[in-house]
Amino acid sequence: MNPVNYLYLAALLFTIGATGVLIRRNAIVVFMCVELMLNACNLALVAFSRLHGNLDGQIIAFFTMVVAAAEVVVGLAIIVSLFRTRHSASVDDAGLMKL
Amino acid sequence: MTHIAAYATSTGEAFQFWVLGTVAVIGALCTVFMKKAVHSALCLAGTMIVLAVFYLANGAYFLGIVQIVVYTGAIMMLFLFVVMLVGVTAADSLKETIRGQRWLALLCGLGFGILLIAGIGNASLTEFNGLGEANAGGNVEGLAALIFTKYVFAFELTGALLITAAVGAMVLTHRERTERAKTQRELAEQRVREGRQVPPLPAPGVYARHNAVDIAGLLPDGTPSELTVNKTLRERGQIRDVSQDAINDLRALEQRAADRLERRGAVRPAERAEEASK
Amino acid sequence: MENLIALLIAAPLLGAAVLLCGGRRLDAVGHWIGTVLAAASFAVGVVLFTDMLGRSAEERTLTRHLYSWIPVEGFRADVAFHLDQLSMTFVLLISGVGTLIHVYSIGYMEHDERRRRFFGYLNLFLAAMLLLVLADNYLLLYVGWEGVGLASYLLIGFWQHKPSAATAAKKAFLVNRVGDVGLSIAIMLMFTTFGTFAFGPVLAAAGDTGEGKLTAIALMLLLAACGKSAQVPLQSWLGDAMEGPTPVSALIHAATMVTAGVYLIVRSGAIFNAAPDAQLVVTVVGAVTLLFGAVVGCAKDDIKKALAGSTMSQIGYMVLAAGLGPIGYVFAIMHLVTHGFFKAGLFLGAGSVMHGMNDEVDMRRYGGLRKYMPVTFVTFGLGYLAIIGFPGLSGFFSKDKIIEAAFAKGGAEGWILGGAALLGAAITAYYMTRVMLMTFFGEERWRDAPTPSPAESDVEPAAETRGEYTPPHPHESPSSMTIPMIVLAFGSVFAGAFFGIGDRFLHWLEPVTGHAHGHPPVSALTVTLSTVVVLIVGVAIAWAQYGRRPVPAVAPRGSLLTRAARRDLLQDDFNHVVLVRGGEHLTRSLVYVDHTLVDGVVNGTAASVGGLSGRLRKLQNGYARSYAVSMFGGAAVLVAATLLMRAV
Repeated sequence: MNPVNYLYLAALLFTIGATGVLIRRNAIVVFMCVELMLNACNLALVAFSRLHGNLDGQIIAFFTMVVAAAEVVVGLAIIVSLFRTRHSASVDDAGLMKL
Repeated sequence: MTHIAAYATSTGEAFQFWVLGTVAVIGALCTVFMKKAVHSALCLAGTMIVLAVFYLANGAYFLGIVQIVVYTGAIMMLFLFVVMLVGVTAADSLKETIRGQRWLALLCGLGFGILLIAGIGNASLTEFNGLGEANAGGNVEGLAALIFTKYVFAFELTGALLITAAVGAMVLTHRERTERAKTQRELAEQRVREGRQVPPLPAPGVYARHNAVDIAGLLPDGTPSELTVNKTLRERGQIRDVSQDAINDLRALEQRAADRLERRGAVRPAERAEEASK
Repeated sequence: MENLIALLIAAPLLGAAVLLCGGRRLDAVGHWIGTVLAAASFAVGVVLFTDMLGRSAEERTLTRHLYSWIPVEGFRADVAFHLDQLSMTFVLLISGVGTLIHVYSIGYMEHDERRRRFFGYLNLFLAAMLLLVLADNYLLLYVGWEGVGLASYLLIGFWQHKPSAATAAKKAFLVNRVGDVGLSIAIMLMFTTFGTFAFGPVLAAAGDTGEGKLTAIALMLLLAACGKSAQVPLQSWLGDAMEGPTPVSALIHAATMVTAGVYLIVRSGAIFNAAPDAQLVVTVVGAVTLLFGAVVGCAKDDIKKALAGSTMSQIGYMVLAAGLGPIGYVFAIMHLVTHGFFKAGLFLGAGSVMHGMNDEVDMRRYGGLRKYMPVTFVTFGLGYLAIIGFPGLSGFFSKDKIIEAAFAKGGAEGWILGGAALLGAAITAYYMTRVMLMTFFGEERWRDAPTPSPAESDVEPAAETRGEYTPPHPHESPSSMTIPMIVLAFGSVFAGAFFGIGDRFLHWLEPVTGHAHGHPPVSALTVTLSTVVVLIVGVAIAWAQYGRRPVPAVAPRGSLLTRAARRDLLQDDFNHVVLVRGGEHLTRSLVYVDHTLVDGVVNGTAASVGGLSGRLRKLQNGYARSYAVSMFGGAAVLVAATLLMRAV
């Protein structure tokens, strides 16, 4: 088997995650789909690391995880405070910028 | 095993890839299409565990463990906590409200996926280097060497980023109390003064047949009373209305009782039951 | 000596500043300050003149560089003065006649409470006019040119409470602007052509420059001269300018300012000499104007407007002479000087008559005044004889030379121009005799109450038509008014003979303007004799019409030409139809074009952008997910583009 298959899998997962972001309205689920996309990227990076024979890909995946962790913390905090003020976790309801 | 996984792909790995890959895709699809956020979160956790296995298979032992510990263990749990806090709302409906959004999203997704896969196929990678050499001194040691030399500034920056994120989360969610909390006595006095609901609020549940907090107690005329349900649930619109079921159940119960009485030769109680149901 | 030149201008400028800024506390002495400073300027002029006479003809030019006005690399404008024989002539004329008119104004404006201001304006005019003739470059000349325009505007509209005066001032200002544009364009052309606008280099280089450019410059200068000197087609303002006080009409609109155009042409002689086409235009303008003004002068019943027509006509002579080139320059200036004397005298006489007749200007309400105002009659009469060219008086010498020079132009042009000048002389004799007869001879028509005029006359009947009529009491004017008239009358009588006999004036000016002797196709004596003959004919016709028969107190309807001439030969109607209406139509069509085309493009762009935005706005629906779709779509397009580029 060719490790390139991991890349195909990563592309598939990324696309599913992206579609989920576009389709779902619950902010938490949207956020999970973003995480799915990030994970797909990580998989691709790890596969790259193996293809190239060095650890740089893994390092970047590691940084991605750190950033994702930070992002999750802030993002969930935003969702919570949004819910507190608007009693809704729907991304469509947060439409104050609409004309 | 370690070094083999790094240099070549075995049949075992191929088998593992196809099986677990299928699981991962199914988990991802479930994440997107499950109606309830809790289910989505669990499916996502499953996908992540599969990915952790793939990391291990690709020679990224440190990342595989981190994926399980940090991602699946910490981040997903954080998600679950938030789901619990926020609860299940009307937003969970999968019905699309923006016209054309679903078709556009699917079209874009499909097109993007095809393009990505075409791009990867176009790259036509047939051979690879394997991580044997890089992992020779141990994967964690290798990563550490890189992190503390080549990527040290990025690493320092991530430290700053994490601190900022922690502070940011606190700032966003922390609410400053602007007035003194009321004592129990004051609350009681206020309740009496307002005179709306002097005794304690009625308990939820119907005729002791349900013990769930999200089921409104029924008034004597059979309509549900919102007073009996917790305020948070009320605001989320998560009251389960069982009045009709309860009445039907009651009717069925009395029917059965009447049948039993009928067998003893009495017809009257059935009529009485009808009246009671009104 | 050179330092005195600046003093020439500084004295009246100081007067203007003191009088205009000094306020009411100078009311009592303001007129004396103005007069003394004007006289001081004249005195300086005389000192410079005697000094100039003491030197040989070649060394008479004085220059004085005061300071660099705009010292920029490649562009140098200096405040520098240039005093040569030509400037000297003007300096003496301006400050001399100016001083006399200051003296005259003391009496004439005695009852005007704004007399101080009037003298301030007069001094301002003197300063500007002296600057104009003393400047050593065209830019500084332009400053003086605008200065006299301003002074003229202020003085025409001096009685600003009269709407007619205010309107006349505006009209003069506007028409002059047209000429000023010409001058400014000429200066710009000079700068691009010669790289400088100092007289010396420009005039020296004029001979070596392309004729086309010179013609353009010359025509622009002619336009400027037409505006300032009231030549056709920019003549319309002069008649209305008579709304100003009479001393103003005498000084500015007869003797000095209106001759600035002639000065400009003569000063720029080198340019005109090299541009024969422009010269031809100059002569045509002069000939047309001299006839135009003369015809208008024949029909006017308003004494000042009749004299204004005459002024226009006489300046037409000067312009004609200036257009003839070196054979005419000297005579143009000579006629300018003699005209300055007799026309100023005539205007002052007219002012004196008005002063004694309750400011009545309608000659049909004069008559027989010689008994009441003997001094005015005699001085006016001498001026009259001078202007019609009575042999031996000023006008005879100067005008005769111009007619001679016109014939000397040669060919058909010479005959036409000479004929026009001769005809002009006849008409001059006619209308001046008419003025003379209507004013000082005949019945005393002012004794009866005026009757409303049935004919179209531009003279308003006197105000007291209905009430009891008190006839005016004609009387001689005070000595402050008569003395200047007497002095000017002396000039009218003797200046021509002084200049003409022995060609004194010719020798005086020749070093500056150059001179070529013309050879008229007929002998000079023939020209002189025919001039005298047409003069007699003109006087005879006038006497037959106005001397033998009583003059009707109300203007008869008159022939078509008469009526047209009363309306200034329809100049205002022409301007109205061609310029005002034309301008309005042009403006309207431009507005239409602006509205439909320009605004259409602009509004169309705005509307299409607005419509497009309205449609694009729908994309901005406020849903984060919609934006995410576009982002995702964009990413897909980028990936596709990348792949395509790689494939290619």
